[in-house]
Amino acid sequence: MLEGLLWCIATLLATGVAALALARRRVASALVYGISLGATSVAFSAALASLLAPAALGGSLTLPVGLPWLGAHFRLDALASFFLLVVNLGGAAASLFGLGYGRHEESPGRVLPFFPAFLAGMNLVVLAADAFTFLFAWEFMSLSSWALVMAHHRRPGNAAAGYLYLLMASFGTLALILAFGLLAGPTGGYSFEAIRLAPPAATISGVVLVLVLIGAGSKAGLVPLHVWLPLAHPAAPTHVSALMSGVMTKVAVYGFVRIVFDLLGPPAWWWGALVPLLGGITAVLGVLYALMQDDLKRLLAYSTVENVGIIFIGLGLALAFEANGMTGAAALALTAALLHVFNHALFKSLLFFGAGAVLGATGERNMERLGGLIHRMPRTAFAFLIGSAAISALPPFNGFVSEWLTFQAILLSPALPQWLLKFLVPAVGALLALSAALAAACFVKAFGITFLGRPRSPVAAEAGETDRWSQAAMLGLAALCLLAGILPGYFIDALAPVIQTLTGTSLPRQEQLDWLTIVPIAQSRSSYNGLLLFFFIALAAGLGAEVIHRLASAAVRRSPAWDCGFPDASPATQYTAGSISQPIRRVFGSVLFRAREEVDLPPPGDTRAARLRVRLRDVPWDVLYAPIAGMVGFVADRLNKLQFLTIRGYLTLVFGALVALLMVLTVWQ
Amino acid sequence: MILDALVQLCQMMVVLALAPLLAGYVRKVKALLVGRRGPPMVQPYRDLLRLLRKEVVLADSASWVFRATPYLVFAATWVGAALVPTFATGLLFSYAADMIAIVALLGSARFMLALAGLDVGTSFGGIGSSREMMIASLAEPAMLMVVFTLSLLAGSTQLSSIAAFMQGPDVGLRVSLALALVALVMVAIAENARIPVDNPATHLELTMVHEAMILEYSGRYLALIELASFVKLLLYISVIGCVFAPWGIAAAGDGFTATLTGLAAYVGKLALAGFLLAAFETAIAKMRVFRVSDFLGAALMLGVLAALLRFVSRLT
Repeated sequence: MLEGLLWCIATLLATGVAALALARRRVASALVYGISLGATSVAFSAALASLLAPAALGGSLTLPVGLPWLGAHFRLDALASFFLLVVNLGGAAASLFGLGYGRHEESPGRVLPFFPAFLAGMNLVVLAADAFTFLFAWEFMSLSSWALVMAHHRRPGNAAAGYLYLLMASFGTLALILAFGLLAGPTGGYSFEAIRLAPPAATISGVVLVLVLIGAGSKAGLVPLHVWLPLAHPAAPTHVSALMSGVMTKVAVYGFVRIVFDLLGPPAWWWGALVPLLGGITAVLGVLYALMQDDLKRLLAYSTVENVGIIFIGLGLALAFEANGMTGAAALALTAALLHVFNHALFKSLLFFGAGAVLGATGERNMERLGGLIHRMPRTAFAFLIGSAAISALPPFNGFVSEWLTFQAILLSPALPQWLLKFLVPAVGALLALSAALAAACFVKAFGITFLGRPRSPVAAEAGETDRWSQAAMLGLAALCLLAGILPGYFIDALAPVIQTLTGTSLPRQEQLDWLTIVPIAQSRSSYNGLLLFFFIALAAGLGAEVIHRLASAAVRRSPAWDCGFPDASPATQYTAGSISQPIRRVFGSVLFRAREEVDLPPPGDTRAARLRVRLRDVPWDVLYAPIAGMVGFVADRLNKLQFLTIRGYLTLVFGALVALLMVLTVWQ
Repeated sequence: MILDALVQLCQMMVVLALAPLLAGYVRKVKALLVGRRGPPMVQPYRDLLRLLRKEVVLADSASWVFRATPYLVFAATWVGAALVPTFATGLLFSYAADMIAIVALLGSARFMLALAGLDVGTSFGGIGSSREMMIASLAEPAMLMVVFTLSLLAGSTQLSSIAAFMQGPDVGLRVSLALALVALVMVAIAENARIPVDNPATHLELTMVHEAMILEYSGRYLALIELASFVKLLLYISVIGCVFAPWGIAAAGDGFTATLTGLAAYVGKLALAGFLLAAFETAIAKMRVFRVSDFLGAALMLGVLAALLRFVSRLT
């Protein structure tokens, strides 16, 4: 099994290299995406098989590459196979979408070689079983995705986004290197097995937790390390945006889970306070930022920040429960988090594909210039609607199941003994509820402004439906969203081996329950049945339609819109992306983003148009990043003088440095 | 099993049949309180039948979302109402959705309705959708905090278990319960577009939220949406009744007489709640739309406070 997976990765890498040579040919696009689709599908089946038949797990392999005394260790355990499943499902969908979408690529030479390499990098991170291989694959993944972000580097803003991404990725990797250094200890056992056998002392593991939060959290988009994400994810070609948002953030979550749950030994209780709090803040801020956006792809990227927050709430609760020996509750919280990992990979990829289809058909990402696309892109609109409902945590779709499980985990928290946690966890619950409700508002905006209403620009009025490959990718993911929503029991059961290895216990088997209900703890406590709800809603709606059409009236007359008797033909009279979020901006934004509205009204007699300008500030940027950037600039300016010294000056400097070092050495000894 | 199925079926029909009557009753009481005679209590039934028989006038720019929404909104609301114990707790399918899922189900209905408001591409639909989502973004978390409080007390998020617990001896008077009740009532007022948040009788476009969103609907579509909003009002009153006034609700396996008593008690509760609602609405003025966030923010804070009090008093 493991060998097969490594062969898939090797195929992807070879495809990347071959694409370097072939990129100018016409067939290259179909070839690269076709091979990527094949390799990721095979890897997906292998991961699924090993997750469903845990007997096949546990294979490990050492290749004689990498550090000479260490080699490269690979291992396939339950956790790895679950994340491989997520990575390759997202990868296969993106390749399928790319088969159609990639044909319009203006600079294929900048995309085709790096796309399979990026997929290979993500697979390698998940399979790696020693610190060196892990970090190497992590950096490989970062750099190949950076190259994809820079594919259209001449577009305004993209170069800056790429620069910021590179900076934050390096910073994150630095934190991870330090974390692994501490984990390996003075003896330097860099393989995961050696680390697992000798977990660090309590204080050191606390430091490691913070470092991992910085390293993996910056890649996943935890506030306040999220600043690069909404710039870099939308800058890449859309199927790569889907991979970065839907899948690469999940690889970051994998890094966190692998180190904190697997390698770091027993958690301390304060971890369970820190991580959910960060998650809750991330969720609410992420979705509020998303609500303020006019750019469809950037809205989706900010919504990724929100969902990462929800995942980290679940992970943090699992830590809190585990620190207090409540393994059953920890299993529930971890199941919720990992199920949300899977669900978010599904619907975020789907939504990005939808945004890509719109971008391909109209050339627009700005929602203010879209509208009415449901008439001209019906299939894309349908798939996007399913994705919007799923990400807004609406039953009977899959997003609701994982958020429901997270709520159930929060409800178990009164049994925690620490007072801080008693106060904190309900507050985190309120943040989670708030972010779920705001997400619905956000996706009413995203779907309503983009696809409904009347076209706001000529390009939107003349758009055409996207190609078959892209439609297949979107509708397939939409079907999976519904399936995971109405049959969640099977998905929870499939996660059981992962949960078992990480917490020592797992949720009760769900598949034998009546009507495929899910019951995380006990029937009298809580249960949910998406299948029945779906069935009843369909039945009631169908029955209602049938009865009314038969017995009452089925007549329809088309006419101009009523609009209180004053319909205006201009599409500018519709609600816009900016106006639909105005009430929420007023309620939340005036404090959080220091939102200010300025009205510029021309004097009487002047026929100039009036303007309303809204200013939003990014507070983490203002408070945290701008001072650091300013300081770096200041120091660099001062050091710049060193470049223009005379030869005597340099000699004095060297001599002074030597003396200083010798002094230090003497004092040291 | 068969009895449970019967109770379930009966419940589905009862909520559907009683909902317009409740709306008519509230209107009648309101009219009497301000010294008018008011339309008869069965007027909503007549209105619904009249609307059902009329043809639909559909805007040119409407898509299938606009046409499917009435059915989906009606179905989701009805299914939600059918899973709330009204006169008996032994519902066959009550395990399909707990209180969180019922709240989310109403969220699904609202999501579709807000999209339908944007579908035709008019400014009134947009203003309604935008404000409705703003109100929901505060009301839904407040509601979930109430659910948290109740489930911390009863150890369950299933409404039938909560109702059974509240009927039991170990409830007592609790501060957190009182806070939760206030928060729940505030949420119910906002969610059902009642005064002071929204005015169900207004036709001043700029002050309305729910009515602006459905402005383009006519004929059978409008009938379904109206019926769904009646059912939603009934649902919220049923939730408040079964949690905070669970007296008389027949338990699973009780006999026929107990069920009849439960039905009578339920109708009594509806009458009382309807009267209180009407009296409250006559006594208070509608607030500006941007004051609504203060109103619902207070509900959310009360909910959080109730949950926190529960968490803290758990040990003592």
